Amino acid sequence: MAFLELSNIQKIYGTTQVVKDFNLGIEKGEFVSFLGPSGCGKTTTLRMVAGFETPSDGDITIAGIRQNDLKTNQRNIGMVFQAYALFPNMTAAENVAFGLKVKKKPKAEIDKTVAEMLALVGLQQFGDRYPFQLSGGQQQRVALARALAIKPQVLLLDEPLSALDAKIRVSLREEIREIQRKLGITTIFVTHDQEEALSISDRIVVMHQGRADQIGTPFEIYNRPKTKFVATFVGTLSIIEAKVEDPSANTVTIGGRTITIPESLGNSRQGDTISLALRPEALSLHNSEKREFSLTGKVASVSFLGSVIRTKLIVDGQPLSFDMFNDPNIKPPVVGETVEASFSGSDLLIVRD
Amino acid sequence: MAQAQGTLNRKMIVDWLGIVPFMLFAVLFLILPTLYLVTGAFFNPAGELTLQNFRDLAQPQIAAAYWISIKISFASALGGLLIGFFLAWAITMGGLPGWIRSFVLTFSGVASNFAGVPLAFAFLATLGRTGLLTWLLAEFFGFNIYGHGFNLLSFFGLTLVYMYFQIPLMVLIITPALDGLKKEWNEAASILGATTTQYWTMVVLPILWPSLMGTFLLLFANSFGAIATAYALAGPAINIVPIQLYAQIRGDVLHNPNLGYAVALGMVVITGISNFLYIWLRMRAERWQK
Amino acid sequence: MNGKKILAWFAVAIGSLYFLLPLVATFEFSMRMRRGEYSFDAYRSVFADIQFRETFSYSILMALLTILVGMLLIVPTAYWVRLRLPQIRPIVEFITLLPLVIPAIVIVFGYLRLYNSSSFLPLTGSDRGTDILLVFAFMTLSLPYMYRSVDTSMRAIDVRTLTEAAESLGASWTTIMFRCIFPNVISGVLSGAFIAFAIVIGEFTMPSLLNRPAFGPYLQLIGANRAYEPPALAMIAFAMTWASMGLINLASRLQKVSRARV
Repeated sequence: MAFLELSNIQKIYGTTQVVKDFNLGIEKGEFVSFLGPSGCGKTTTLRMVAGFETPSDGDITIAGIRQNDLKTNQRNIGMVFQAYALFPNMTAAENVAFGLKVKKKPKAEIDKTVAEMLALVGLQQFGDRYPFQLSGGQQQRVALARALAIKPQVLLLDEPLSALDAKIRVSLREEIREIQRKLGITTIFVTHDQEEALSISDRIVVMHQGRADQIGTPFEIYNRPKTKFVATFVGTLSIIEAKVEDPSANTVTIGGRTITIPESLGNSRQGDTISLALRPEALSLHNSEKREFSLTGKVASVSFLGSVIRTKLIVDGQPLSFDMFNDPNIKPPVVGETVEASFSGSDLLIVRD
Repeated sequence: MAQAQGTLNRKMIVDWLGIVPFMLFAVLFLILPTLYLVTGAFFNPAGELTLQNFRDLAQPQIAAAYWISIKISFASALGGLLIGFFLAWAITMGGLPGWIRSFVLTFSGVASNFAGVPLAFAFLATLGRTGLLTWLLAEFFGFNIYGHGFNLLSFFGLTLVYMYFQIPLMVLIITPALDGLKKEWNEAASILGATTTQYWTMVVLPILWPSLMGTFLLLFANSFGAIATAYALAGPAINIVPIQLYAQIRGDVLHNPNLGYAVALGMVVITGISNFLYIWLRMRAERWQK
Repeated sequence: MNGKKILAWFAVAIGSLYFLLPLVATFEFSMRMRRGEYSFDAYRSVFADIQFRETFSYSILMALLTILVGMLLIVPTAYWVRLRLPQIRPIVEFITLLPLVIPAIVIVFGYLRLYNSSSFLPLTGSDRGTDILLVFAFMTLSLPYMYRSVDTSMRAIDVRTLTEAAESLGASWTTIMFRCIFPNVISGVLSGAFIAFAIVIGEFTMPSLLNRPAFGPYLQLIGANRAYEPPALAMIAFAMTWASMGLINLASRLQKVSRARV
């Protein structure tokens, strides 16, 4: 059995089922993200692990001990909230000390641990400040120190970065990952930002309408999405409709061109429509790598995103996005131009619902 | 340049002109009358500067009036604080159906304005000698409250009556403060291992303390200045400061108008300090709420 | 968690008992006028009393005047402060809190000394003069509530931005006032007006010391001389306060429609 085990979790509110058949085993020291849009059930599942919600069915086990009947204050879990939730009447140091004071630890031990924790999050000098004197990022780091001070067996983070500025979000998520690695603490991180989840997780659980659509490493989730939802939610994807030409040869046609796809089309018949997907980075304007297939289209828009230029083509009446690195020596495409974009057959994804 | 400065000055003049009506009203009908009394307290009838009036406040009747006013104000403020807090807690965090909260808040709005003469009538009808509760207690419990020395016109009786508008005032003021307690604080405390009692003693009460203290002072000031209810219950017979002042204004019972000013000044000082502390404490509480 | 709910219900129960019992007792007492049976005789007596009608109408008139003059002073002032003189706001707010600090009796005492027949503004010398003084006294008394009500609704609609937007669209001063500002603050004005109404109707100290025939002193007189009419009057007063509250709630519900993300 894994260190943190969620077996067959169900959660029903009234007549709505918000979490369905959720199964997950997390190893000790693993960093797992719950990724999904609002209302997909990720926060509800997290709160069930914390004890704020009770599963309608199913078991939650940590280190072999069933948690369902334990109250929140008995579970020794650390939690970081989206809204920081620092106690406004206490300084940063007092906030961090709270969990230890509650357990009536000796003062010397409390002081030592508080100093350690504040140093861990880089806020040694800020112990005497009150929450209203700290920035959002600083408050969240205090919240993290506070959660870790009690040496919890599991760390839960509920969209901790959503309330922060973009730059702080990036630096803080890396800090969180660093600290987590250093302490080796089992962690669940809830977010709706796929870039966050992809960049720091060991594994990601992509959730959709209460179900876990896919569980896998960031590489797997991004490159081998199992469902249409995962493919479109994670990363950008262009979806094009193609017509099946010869099921036995796995060929389809798009805009007059014939393409062989890497997967079996065995069950389809000629003339069927299937959805194919391509990541923007899989396409190229200049066929330097000699990719087998190409499509012709008219440039509809060109967006300069900094290091990347994203072009939208209209192919066979359908929009297709592709990215190219910004090279100061190469002129970007012009709106209205007709261009040819090439790709490898192996980059094609078949999208099933 | 000169042109621009000219228009700037004209705009400024118009700006300040706009506030004149209000200021005129405030000065004529609020500040000047109060100042008149306040300065009058420092003079004697002959027009000489003196502090004698303040020494005269120590006269047995006046001192007694101040003392009993302070006692009643303190007691009714304390009662209002404790019971009002209990009630406000019940409707915000007690897990009761939503309609109870709206009903209690609306009723509190009504009851806090129900002071004065009608309130006195209501309590006479309840606990007066022929009041309903008096009769109920005697008939069904054999307990004759008047036989045991109860008197609506006493310290205990008046405090009981005053709580009718003190408790609702407390509920109205403290309910937003209780609403402001973020749910996440309770959850954070709980997941850090705290029991409900520890959450209350270590987080809630320290956060609410300035509001509670401040509201207590507001209730104190509120009670100290109230006169109509007491007067309706007992006429000039009851010896509290506002009634003393009333009698003085009516008929110069103190035979010294300047002493009357001193009595008034005493009132303003007491209510002034209470209100000032209330505002200061509220500002402290709001500082944490950023 | 069950223990908590029981405790909460207990609090509400005790509260209900303390607050509803006097109302029940008052009503019961007011019905006892006719010997041996319950009747509305006390109420009939009250409504038939000429003095009741006279003092009640006097107080209503006073209340309406207070509201009218008060709002004519307060609404433009609140607007002006928000728009042109934000730096003076702390002073104005302090002034509006003064009537809560200085007891009404002290204020009216000051009036009697300052505006008597031998002063620069001999208002107490005549009945009309005293009436005018009384209106100003009532205005002073309700100032905190009226000002706060109007100011809050102005804050919620961000008067400054609204005025600037209207000006940039070419609106004249009167258009701005009556088509943009006024409709949006009317709920605040109404709220303040109803509170002022309740305060003025019930006020005793000020009209009593200024010797004017208002409803408050009439209640006092009845209380001293009659037995069953006072509780009937108390019930009527309570019903009126309840109605005012209801109207205030209605007015603030109108405001919720225009409440921004402030």
